[in-house]
Order: sequence, then structure tokens, then C-alpha cells
Amino acid sequence: MTTHSSDLEPIQAVGDPLPDPGLPPHEHRLTDTDPKAAKRVERQVAAMFGIATLASIGFLVAYVALPLDGDLNRLQLSNILLGLFLGLSLFLIGIGAIQWAKKLMPDVEMVQERHPLESSPEDQQGAIAAFEAGAEESGIGRRKLIRNSLLGAAALLPLPVVFLLGDLGPLTPPPPEVLAKTIWKKGTRVVNDVTFEPIKPSDLQVGQLVNAMPASYEELPEEAHTERLRVRASASVLLIRMERGEFTVPEGREGWDIDGILCYSKICTHVGCPISLYEQQTHNMLCPCHQSTFALAEGGKVVFGPARRSLPQLPLEVDAEGYLAAAAGFDQPVGPSYWQRLEVES
Amino acid sequence: MTALLAKRRHPLAAVVVMAAALAALAGLYALVSPASQASTTTATSTQVEEGRQLFLVGCSSCHGINAEGVIDDAGNVLGPSLIGVGAAAVDFQVGTGRMPMARADVQAPKKTAAYTEEQTAALAAYVASLAPGPAIPDADQFDPAQGDVARGGELYRTNCAQCHNTTGQGGALTLGKYAPKLTGVEPVHMYEAMLTGPQSMPVFSDDVLTSEDKRDIIAFLTNVQGEPNPGGVGIGRIGPVSEGLWVWLIGLGALIGVAAWLGAKSS
Repeated sequence: MTTHSSDLEPIQAVGDPLPDPGLPPHEHRLTDTDPKAAKRVERQVAAMFGIATLASIGFLVAYVALPLDGDLNRLQLSNILLGLFLGLSLFLIGIGAIQWAKKLMPDVEMVQERHPLESSPEDQQGAIAAFEAGAEESGIGRRKLIRNSLLGAAALLPLPVVFLLGDLGPLTPPPPEVLAKTIWKKGTRVVNDVTFEPIKPSDLQVGQLVNAMPASYEELPEEAHTERLRVRASASVLLIRMERGEFTVPEGREGWDIDGILCYSKICTHVGCPISLYEQQTHNMLCPCHQSTFALAEGGKVVFGPARRSLPQLPLEVDAEGYLAAAAGFDQPVGPSYWQRLEVES
Repeated sequence: MTALLAKRRHPLAAVVVMAAALAALAGLYALVSPASQASTTTATSTQVEEGRQLFLVGCSSCHGINAEGVIDDAGNVLGPSLIGVGAAAVDFQVGTGRMPMARADVQAPKKTAAYTEEQTAALAAYVASLAPGPAIPDADQFDPAQGDVARGGELYRTNCAQCHNTTGQGGALTLGKYAPKLTGVEPVHMYEAMLTGPQSMPVFSDDVLTSEDKRDIIAFLTNVQGEPNPGGVGIGRIGPVSEGLWVWLIGLGALIGVAAWLGAKSS
């Protein structure tokens, strides 16, 4: 190492290869040299301040002239005028001041030399001495009981905050099957969303779309808000009808449709948005959140977008009274991925 | 005449003028409405024949001589079969100017109707005569005044808002297709669109979304169009997207411009 140390010696520059160019020559503004220009700018600034005054008066006039009496149209006009006048007033005072400063105020270039941020040695000595004197007088070094109890109190202070974080979610994750199962089971009727009317296969025409729910959703008590939301977010489905031959039936899903009526989960497998942008000619279902597109004529497979899993399909049957119902629950968890999904599937 | 002029500031003058105007309007309506009712409900054989002639001239090049549809050698559908689409589909497509199409494209846009109301009715009668299909709804079925706006809003948000936006401003679909704006659309055309499912739009048949449900949806759409914008400017009423775009591009752009002006040396 020592043999090479001489190579690393910095080379002293002879003279300065890039001398400090200094400040560029001062150029005078037009308003500095031409009194006419200065006068013109003065008038501009005065005009801005003048209009600002008028705008303030306009605000007051609009406020008095448009009393709010619950009429939405008047409220709209009042909002626009008040905002416009107040904004105009502030804006014109602002740009007037800037114009004044830029064009008319003294145009002298100031140079402020930088200096080190460090305090002087005397100040540093003084601060250290004051700190030490304070520490000595408080007796924190001598009175160990106080010092240690203070340390303990300070150390435990963040704990309540940390514990509050626990309220952000359940400390123990729900068992995997809670997320894996929906309330669909064999015999659950497929009913219209909003109206909750049961649906007969003959009600659906080719090209039809029905936003549907399980009939058991309506039976949930009104006050079970969380449960109702959970069911809505997991068990919402779509019914569509296609001509026979327009769609392919994936292996293992034979008999899942009723005369071309297919039922798919309405929950996107990407991040769980409700999807129902259905193009009846292409049979594509588009998610409005991130444009994942599912080909419902091909078993709900993803044809575009960030989703990675097909849209789960619900097998259908016709019950004794002739209404559409689920022939079984979903054969896979619906909606987006979650930690224990693999456990459920394996 | 001068006596009349002298009385024009009488407190009852406005009432008299209004009554006269209403009477004139009612008279006009009475003259026009039975004719249009007849044309939509009972199609005469001459009307069907007139429709067939119009169809042969204006529609058959894409939809086929007998409305059976045309598929070219490559398998592209030039025009779908119109057998069984019903009078409602014709009234919607021709009445909103979507048909005849100006050129082959991914979607037929709304434009000025090429046929008169009579001709449209004749075309509808001809297509309806080919096979049974959804009929043009009665005025009662789509009268917004009879609908329940709140219930219609709920139905609209569940069944329509995903494509047409929560206030009917429309939105994009795939590959250049789009869900059109619903502002300024005739209630009858809204009804027919739900009933027949034109182009990319799915069908919402009367068996599933009942006539009453559709009327409520139409009432909601009519109501929402008349709503003022309490915040001032609506910016397309498409919600946070347009507002965000406005703030980020125009608002921040202006701020950057002002900052640059502040820092620039005055000449």
C-alpha cells in the first residue's frame, strides 16, 4: 500500500483553470431608462389595484343582491360570483404588487456572501458549560431513582399508540373459509338486485344482462349492516344469456348454464371492484377500475388488464317452481387474492 | 287593437295570454297525436308496403333484401338480421339517427335523423311485420312525470351507471366503443334502448326490468339532467376525474407559469 501512496497524492493545480467569472454586467430595465415606460407601468399597476377594489365592491354587491333562500340555481350563481370577485381581487392585488416590484422598485443587485453555519468557539463553549451546569444542578447523574423512572415512563409512552394500531383490523385473521365461501349454496334462488324478484329462464332474452343477488341476502336482518355489506361484496352475480354455440363450455362446467343463461361472479378477481360493463356483442365484461376484461363466452377468462384469474362461474339449475337457482356454491373463492387463498385451494 | 294594447298591463293579461297559448298547444296536440298513435299501434298494409320500399332503398344494402342480414365472404357481419328485432329497435335506431350508418365503424353514433317520423313509423311497421318483436312503448310507459325518481336512481346505479356514469354522462368501453351520453335523449328512446339492447348495450327485457322500473329510471335521468350545479361549473359532471384533471393540468399549470414569471428578470 505504501509504495502506491505517492500515486494518490492530489495534483496541485497551477493557477485556476476555471476562473470565477464574477457577476454579469448590470443591464438596466426599460423602466429605468425610459420615463414614459415607467409611467405606463405605474398606470398598469394602479389599474390592477383599481379593478381589485371594484371586484371587492362587486363581492359585497353580489352578497347583498343574492340572498340564499334555498333555491339551488341562485346558490349556484351566488357561488360563482362570490368566488370570482374575491379571487379576482386577491389575484389582481398580487400581480399588481409583483409588477410594481419587478418594474419600478429599485433594481439593485445585492450580493450576500456565504459564511460557515458553525457558531463561534466561544458560543460553543458557553453552550456546553450551560448544559453541564444544568445537568449538575438537576442532579440527573446523582439521583438514579429519578433518572431510571423517567427513562421507564418515556419508554412506555409510545405503547398506548402501538396498541391502538391493533384496532385497525382483527389481530387474528379470519379462518380461511370465511373468505373462501359465499352464501350461495344449492337451491339459493337468483333474484334481481334492488327489486329482489325471482327470475324465470324465459324472462331472459339473448343479449340480456341481469344484476342479481342470492335470495338469502334479502332474508338477512336489516340491522346486520356489516354482514349485508359483506354478502353484497362477495355474493353479487351477473346473469347473461347467449345463443347456444356462441360460447364454449370449459371442461368440468357442462350443464352449468340453462339454455345459454350463464351466471358469473360480479366481483373482479383483481382488486374486487363490482363489474358489469357488459358488451353484449363481444360478450366481454369490462371492469371500470383497471380495465380488466373477461371473455364470458370463454369461461370468463381474462383477455386484457391486470386481473390474473378467470371470473368464477356459478352453476345454475331451475327449481321446482321454475325459477333460476344455484346448483351449487362457487367452486372457488370469489374476488381478489388473499393470503390464505392457496391453503383453501390445496 | 288599441283597446287590446291599452289592457296589456292589466293584472290578468298574463293569465289570458297563457290560457290562449295552452289552448293553442292543446289544439295542435289533438290534431297531431291521434295520427301518431295510430301509426305506432296499428300498422296498415300500405304503411308496411311503404316501409318495405324505404327499406329496399335505404337499408337492404347492409341488412339484405329481406332483412335477413349480410355476412361477407370473410365472415364479417355487414348488417345483422332484422327479423324479430321489432318496431322498438327500428324506432330507436332510425329515430336517433344511428341508422342508416354514415360508414362502417365500431359504433353507430347518434346524429340527425335521416327519415321523417312518418317514414320511421313505416320502416318500423315493415320490420315488425317480418316477425314478432318488442313494440314501440305507449306514452304512459315512459312518462317521466309518473316515475319514482328515488327508486329509479337505485335501479339506474345498479343496472346502468357502470357504463353510462352516475349522472348519464356516458363513458368508454373497449376498442373505441363507448356508452353514449344520456342527456338530451327522448324518454321513448331511453325505453326502447333498454328494451332492445342496441349495439354493445345488453337487453333489459320487460320481464326482468319491468315497465314500471324503466319508467322510474327514465324519471331519474330526466330529473338529474335538470339539476343545477351548486358548486358553479359542472365540468362535464363526470366527477373527480375531470375535477382532478382541471386542478392538476390547468390549476397547477397556471401556478407554475406565475412562478416562472416571478423568477424571470424584468426587461
